Amino acid sequence: MTDAAHWTFVCHRDDIVPNTGVAAKVGAAQVAVFRVVAPDGTEDGVFAIDNFDVRSQANVLSRGLIGELNTDTGPVLVVASPIYKNHLCLKTGRCLEDEAWSVKAWAVTCGDDGAIMVRAS
Amino acid sequence: MKLVVIGNGMVGHKLLEELVGVADLDITVLCEEPRPAYDRVHLSEFFSGKTAEELSLVSPGFFDQPNVSLKLNAKAVNIDRAAKCVLLEGGETVPYDRIVLATGSYPFVPAVTGRDRNGCLVYRTIEDLEAMREWGAKSKIGVVVGGGLLGLECAKALKDMGLATHVVEFAPRLMTVQVDDMGGRLLRRKIEALGVQVHTGKNTLEIADGGGVGVGGRHAMKFADGSQLLTDMIVFSAGIRPRDELARNASLIRGERGGILIDNQCKTSDPDIWAIGECALWQGKIFGLVAPGYDMARVVAAQIRLLPSPLGRGAGVRDAVEASGISELAESLTRSTYTSSPLPGGEGLKQPAEFNGADMSTKLKLLGVDVASIGDAQGSTPGSLNYLFSDEVAGVYKKLVVSADAKTLLGAVLVGEANDYGTLLQMALNGIPLPAQPESLILPSVEGGAKGLGVDLLPATASICSCNNVSKGDLCAAIEGGATSLGALKKCTKAATSCGGCLPLVKQVLDAELKKSGVLVLNHLCEHFAHSRQELFHLVKVGGQKTFDDTILAHGKGRGCDVCKPAVASILASCWNEHVLKPKHASVQDTNDYYLANIQKDGTYSVVPRIPGGEITPDKLIVIGQVAKDYGLYTKITGGQRIDLFGARVEQLPEIWRALVAAGFESGHAYGKSLRTVKSCVGSTWCRYGVQDSVTMAIKIEERYRGLRSPHKIKMAVSGCTRECAEAQSKDVGVIATEKGWNLYVAGNGGMKPRHAELLAGDIDDATLIKLIDRFLMFYIRTGDRLQRTSTWIENLEGGLSYVKKVVIDDSLGICAELEADMARQVETYECEWKKAITTPETLKRFSHFVNSKDADSNIQFVDERGQIRPKNALERKLEVTP
Repeated sequence: MTDAAHWTFVCHRDDIVPNTGVAAKVGAAQVAVFRVVAPDGTEDGVFAIDNFDVRSQANVLSRGLIGELNTDTGPVLVVASPIYKNHLCLKTGRCLEDEAWSVKAWAVTCGDDGAIMVRAS
Repeated sequence: MKLVVIGNGMVGHKLLEELVGVADLDITVLCEEPRPAYDRVHLSEFFSGKTAEELSLVSPGFFDQPNVSLKLNAKAVNIDRAAKCVLLEGGETVPYDRIVLATGSYPFVPAVTGRDRNGCLVYRTIEDLEAMREWGAKSKIGVVVGGGLLGLECAKALKDMGLATHVVEFAPRLMTVQVDDMGGRLLRRKIEALGVQVHTGKNTLEIADGGGVGVGGRHAMKFADGSQLLTDMIVFSAGIRPRDELARNASLIRGERGGILIDNQCKTSDPDIWAIGECALWQGKIFGLVAPGYDMARVVAAQIRLLPSPLGRGAGVRDAVEASGISELAESLTRSTYTSSPLPGGEGLKQPAEFNGADMSTKLKLLGVDVASIGDAQGSTPGSLNYLFSDEVAGVYKKLVVSADAKTLLGAVLVGEANDYGTLLQMALNGIPLPAQPESLILPSVEGGAKGLGVDLLPATASICSCNNVSKGDLCAAIEGGATSLGALKKCTKAATSCGGCLPLVKQVLDAELKKSGVLVLNHLCEHFAHSRQELFHLVKVGGQKTFDDTILAHGKGRGCDVCKPAVASILASCWNEHVLKPKHASVQDTNDYYLANIQKDGTYSVVPRIPGGEITPDKLIVIGQVAKDYGLYTKITGGQRIDLFGARVEQLPEIWRALVAAGFESGHAYGKSLRTVKSCVGSTWCRYGVQDSVTMAIKIEERYRGLRSPHKIKMAVSGCTRECAEAQSKDVGVIATEKGWNLYVAGNGGMKPRHAELLAGDIDDATLIKLIDRFLMFYIRTGDRLQRTSTWIENLEGGLSYVKKVVIDDSLGICAELEADMARQVETYECEWKKAITTPETLKRFSHFVNSKDADSNIQFVDERGQIRPKNALERKLEVTP
């Protein structure tokens, strides 16, 4: 099996409204994929973490609000769970409020053609 | 030591609060009434809806302290000073080492023939009020005997019960003690304008049978001048007399005209017995206000605390308290009264050792009329001079009494408007030199002319809150200690928590101190916007930003977060009323606004169609039922008279709404920070008591304000009569029908922190009602903080209801036309978000759980309960995973 086989096409970049997320089925797993755009319109790329919110035990993270919070280690791009508002780092899946609520981050790319791919693992 | 406190009124209870945590003290409280201490100062609020429980002064758990035993319905009849025990009615005895008499007073009833007829009442206890209420229900006319402070309070109560109300006063004017002739005249006119008839200079000789069968004249009051007055009930409120029977029975020295004689330590003629409050006579004076009573309580508490104790009063106190498991209570009480009761052994023992008389200045609102009296209000100081201001058109009268050299303020009378009470009182109490033109203190403020004195001028010793003995220094210390909000400052110092008269001054001190220390009052939205919601609202309105990105680029920094994004979305919706589903707004909406439904714990949504006024046809009911059946939804009736459908998956929402919209339903906006429902009773159409058509009005209001985005959700209700079946007084906007039109109440709340709505305007017609609601809501939307309901908004607004009245009724800011125009635009541009959504392919795309699959979320699972679905709980899910 080649490495390319591990990558799953999820959707096109234009399928995601800027600064929102979508849920994608990757194998049997649910992955939340986010498209982040700066206020001046610059694309900041795509991010992927589990769609399952450990705290609420529901598949909802793709529906959270995206934000950027200042932390001890500098600004962090986060999504706030729509149920209890715990914040998860888009890059690492780490929960800022409680490590126990952290989730897995998925490898994701957006090609020049706008195709978003998530690496199944 | 065995301490017996006789009487659990306001003053007696204050003493108990002061004694929390004092070691080796075994306190027995004898309370003659069936309930412990309650707030007699605000007694008349019983008639505007407060319950006996709400009037209670006892903090939860207070009487659970192991060393305090409360006996209710326990009337002390004598003190055996030789045997050192108190005798109760019924024969029980309670031994004591020391006694504090806090027996209070009883209402004076003049010796008039017939005063004991049925329906002749007094105004003192909750039982008295219950009797008044009972009689009020079967009366049309009510008379209050006594035109003093309590008498006028009592008149308000009668008026609130809907009686034709009369006040009969022996003296030639109202409130003889507090105001002068001119002030009294104005007060009378204002009170008469409210529909209360005032009869002064009337000496009641006899109360005879009025011949009226039932209502309309049970009694005839006959006066010395030959006139008479027919009435159904009479309430005597002609002053108080000290309750000193116990002292008489125990042979303690009393005054010639009653009252238990006390010295500066509040000790009676028996050194083991103190007396405090209205039963005590100090230098020939009885103090009928609560503040001097509190002072006396503190003086006695200080002495008790210093009494020698076998264990010593140090660490033992804390240990005892902590061991008893009530440390939290002790902690909170100690903290809240820390200015007057520092911890034992603590520094700065600022305990008054002596009672040295009291300032009798008062500020009240009588029947809605502000009346204040400061110091030498009558000008009895030799050589004193007056400044007078009288505006009979606006109904304002103000007088300053100054020293012969016009350098210091001795006293003042304010009728009709008393906003400067706090300032003038501080001037008089602290001998602050008058400004060059003392008249400027009472002349109406002219544009640009700052007046009065800054709080900076006040010395640290200036007593700001006399009810709770809080000085400016105490406030400053608390602010420095971190109490930097008005709420925290009140909680920590207890200032402005009794009568509330000093609240504006407390706020001024807070603002001045914060400004001095360079602390910026941080009500910033979040780290991305260094503005309050109110400021941002104005910036957006002026700057014309239409999107979140434009707003953060212009007024903020960074990228925003889940706090500022929905707040800005709400501001944009309130300013421009653009459809929240437009792609440019999509990324800043909370999931509820994004999917136009309410997310539940399992990630499903609930759907609430609008049912204006709670009125629904059978056909529409069937549609809701059918939709619920078709999609297997759980249905529940809401508190706002509509039906909530639970358990819908995102991909089902458009289909569900297609069916609902086709049947004529609209979005109920249950998902938004916006108008929820206008609850109504069935009103005059069906109800035999209804006086107006509340359903029609509720529908009209709901259809006018549907979809209106605001700082937080808004709930409303319309009741068709004063029985108030729609519970309008617990809503942000409550409308209650009257014979003449509508009463408009605002800023009520149910939920976590219930608050009774306050009357904004009474007896108004339909058009005025709508106009005032327009203005009120828009003013709230403009100035409310993020997620701040109208109840907290109005409480944090300087000036509270009276300020709101000025803005939305008197148009003091000149913005009413603007507010109305803003609302008109909102109403005009309303569209049903769901109707729009199901016809917009772009929007419909988002209603899918997966971007790359039509599958449903397999994690959403239900089980049956009572014939409907409910989400599987954690245990049920676990059982399934491990078979």
